[in-house]
Amino acid sequence: MTHVATLQDPLEEVAPPRGRSGAAAWTIWLLRRLGLALLTLWLVSVLVFLATAALGDPVRAILGRDYNSNPGRVAQLEAQLNADQGLVSRYFSWLGGLLTGDPGTSLANQQSVWDQISDSVVNTLVLVFLSSLVMIPVAFGIAMISANYRRRRPDTWIQTVLLALAGIPEFVIGILLVFVFSTSVFHIFPAVTIVSPTGGPPWESAKGMVLPIACLVLAVVPYVSRIVRASLLEVLDSDYVELARLKGIPEPVVMRKHALLNAIVPGIQVIALQLAWLAGGVVLVETLFAYPGVGRQLVDSVRNHDVPMVQALAMIIAAFYIVVNLVADIISILLTPRARTAISS
Amino acid sequence: MTATAAERQATPSGGLVVEDLEVSLTSRPVDVVDDIDLVLHPGEVVGLVGESGSGKTTVGTSLLGYSRAGALISAGKVLLEGRDVLKLPWKEVRQLRGEEIAYVPQDPASALNPSIRIGKQIVELMELRGIGTSESRRQGARDGLAEVGLPNDDEFLKRYAHQLSGGQVQRVALAMAFLPKPKVLVLDEPTTGLDVTTQKMVLDTMAELCRAYGVSALYVTHDLAVVANIADRVAVMYAGQIVEVGPKETIFAHPSHPYTRALLDSIPHLSQARALRGIPGRTPAPGARPDGCRFNDRCSFAVDECRREAPALRTIAPDHEVRCIRVEEIGVWDINRGTVPDADPDRQRDVILSLEGLNVFYGRKHVVHDVNLDLAKGEVVALVGESGSGKTTISRSVGGLHKDWTGIVNFEGRELAKSARGRGAEDRRRMQYIFQNPYLSLNPRLTVEQIIRRPMELFGLAKGKPATDRVVELMEQVALGPGMLYYEANRLSGGERQRVAIARALAAEPDVMICDEITSALDVSVQGSIVALLEDLRKQRGISMLFVTHNLALVRSIAARVEILQAGRVVESGPVVSVMETPREEYTRKLLANSPSIG
Repeated sequence: MTHVATLQDPLEEVAPPRGRSGAAAWTIWLLRRLGLALLTLWLVSVLVFLATAALGDPVRAILGRDYNSNPGRVAQLEAQLNADQGLVSRYFSWLGGLLTGDPGTSLANQQSVWDQISDSVVNTLVLVFLSSLVMIPVAFGIAMISANYRRRRPDTWIQTVLLALAGIPEFVIGILLVFVFSTSVFHIFPAVTIVSPTGGPPWESAKGMVLPIACLVLAVVPYVSRIVRASLLEVLDSDYVELARLKGIPEPVVMRKHALLNAIVPGIQVIALQLAWLAGGVVLVETLFAYPGVGRQLVDSVRNHDVPMVQALAMIIAAFYIVVNLVADIISILLTPRARTAISS
Repeated sequence: MTATAAERQATPSGGLVVEDLEVSLTSRPVDVVDDIDLVLHPGEVVGLVGESGSGKTTVGTSLLGYSRAGALISAGKVLLEGRDVLKLPWKEVRQLRGEEIAYVPQDPASALNPSIRIGKQIVELMELRGIGTSESRRQGARDGLAEVGLPNDDEFLKRYAHQLSGGQVQRVALAMAFLPKPKVLVLDEPTTGLDVTTQKMVLDTMAELCRAYGVSALYVTHDLAVVANIADRVAVMYAGQIVEVGPKETIFAHPSHPYTRALLDSIPHLSQARALRGIPGRTPAPGARPDGCRFNDRCSFAVDECRREAPALRTIAPDHEVRCIRVEEIGVWDINRGTVPDADPDRQRDVILSLEGLNVFYGRKHVVHDVNLDLAKGEVVALVGESGSGKTTISRSVGGLHKDWTGIVNFEGRELAKSARGRGAEDRRRMQYIFQNPYLSLNPRLTVEQIIRRPMELFGLAKGKPATDRVVELMEQVALGPGMLYYEANRLSGGERQRVAIARALAAEPDVMICDEITSALDVSVQGSIVALLEDLRKQRGISMLFVTHNLALVRSIAARVEILQAGRVVESGPVVSVMETPREEYTRKLLANSPSIG
């Protein structure tokens, strides 16, 4: 190309982006992150195992008062839990089972744990997925409207409502929703999820999904909106947004292209944390709407002292946390050119 | 006024006329700027000069019908080819921005969007307006980049802002502003923070483009020396008003407003050492401006009438207007006023600090190569170089803030430990470091008294009542009133903060002070008074100073010896007079040639 001034000044030389080794650098980076994720998961497995099987005698914990009166059941349980083996070998046989897709047998009904939990895992994933599908655009939309009207009346109203929603526990929101939409005011949606007698998935009846999803969306939107609004406000004060306005870029484009793109990363991190929380911790909502999900099953299993079930569910929830956060980190880096180019060079 | 207004209406098409512009705060009925009349003829560069807080940026963005949050344009006209920009519907104003009036921002590093590739940012506006085809726009971007002396291949267009240097980013911003072929350009201190070589390149590019396309430009800056090099006419602003406006030659040869003269008095010259003087007091904020002439409380010519009556701009010579009632009485100004002899190159030197074979590393990176220099008692040695030349690295190593270095630092014949932690209390007390950015170097939660007292208590010099007395004494020395004793640092202006930082260093009764670009974040008038202060300290207390700067003109006025650094090596060193009058190295000559100067 043209031989213009660049080389006149040695200080102008800035390392150009490296395209050649980019793919390799990305692969190495990704492998490292995956390795770290696996390491985390392994540590979780140690903790879960120690907490459920190693602290005290699991058989005694399971049987409680029956321990002394029912020696036959004790022997059966000990055989099932391999209680005669050492802790380490029990851990490794459990871990081996997990890795080969056989997390053991439920103590409560002697069925395979995997058969027991696979449905509820799918149910929860569907619930979380549908909720996030609604929640993400709503949260970002509210944040953008709010930031656009910063500290004027609409913004104040939105912030007040969001803060109130964030302050109400999610099951109270659920009860209010049931009150308004299914029992006392309107009768539009069913108050509980109807699982068909044939054992089909809960989303076969779309109407039954509306209230659980609405409840989860209302529980999560305030956090995400407030974080995105805060980072949007910061970006809107930046020099490059001012320059974009002085350049004559229309305000909606300024908001979408110049501001949102740079404010999205904190939002993604919060969304990841909230999704992980939804997957593991919305016991109350699942109970309220009788939704056959992971949270409810976990509570039931703990109540039944069903150690293999608790272990498997805990591992699945942990794995979901790790995967969601890993995905969020990758998306964040892809959306931040500075971090992205730092990896590929 | 009316006569001149009519005259302005007659200005040829193109160009821009500002009439009676007023911008006020939205919260209180207080003017940020008022009574602004300004004409930009086609192809003309007008410099708008003033200290921080004078409202110059506010005027700059008003030309695009824009005011920052909290302010609004409350009166006046901005006429572009007969249309009043301020009266147009906002859709048309937006249409006008970029295409007819373009803006080049202040801080190159933060003004480009970090997540949009520069090729896309350059053409963004034309894409939105649907001007040309995608191919013609891309070609336009390429041509624009070539014009500002940047590479224009696909690889460069695909870069992000953080992959460019400061000078490159600023030239990208220039190319972006010029691409839609605007008629008027507003440049807001576009070269602040760039070193002289890059600054020269950006200024030359800008001047060339303005000439080539007949663009009128408003160049907003606090740096009179820059204005002297590029502007056709100069308007000087103080406290929200224009106090003097005229052709560049007139302003620099016959400055008539006391403020303009005071500003010129505080500027160092390349060609001759000067006793720099600051302007006492500080620029009043909107709402706190004095009655009558707004400069009366800082003006050495003020009489009672100045305090009573607000003066209007008066024409005192063709095309030369001044807002002062005493213009005829205050005599003439001489550019050589304040000139002093250069530091004597043959002076007897009594070396207190010497560096032998200093090599500094950042990890595996070797950044400073084999530097030897020495500093005598009561002497100022300047370390000069562009950004990245290693001047700050050297001073941090000497001060013990960076410990990854080899070589010998001798302090009065004793070798100093590498890091400040390894040095004795006495050595630490006798060598004090003053940082570049006074906004970051003072703890915002401590009061001025606590900040200045701290070294005395630390080194056991004084405590209790005597310490407080000494704080007051030190504050007096750095020209801060005792009224500020209990202020927290965040209530102070930049210049006041830097004075507190100097007082803090003095509190330790040092023999050597390391001053790391201590005036580069400050207005020229504040720089002038700080330099005067340091000169007094050197003479009265015999304090030696290692003075890091990129400003060669400043070196001439403050230092006795100078070390020119390039890429971590000393390329030339010696007494200031000989280095600056008869430079031996090509690099030194280049630096001198690129330094903007009025003298």
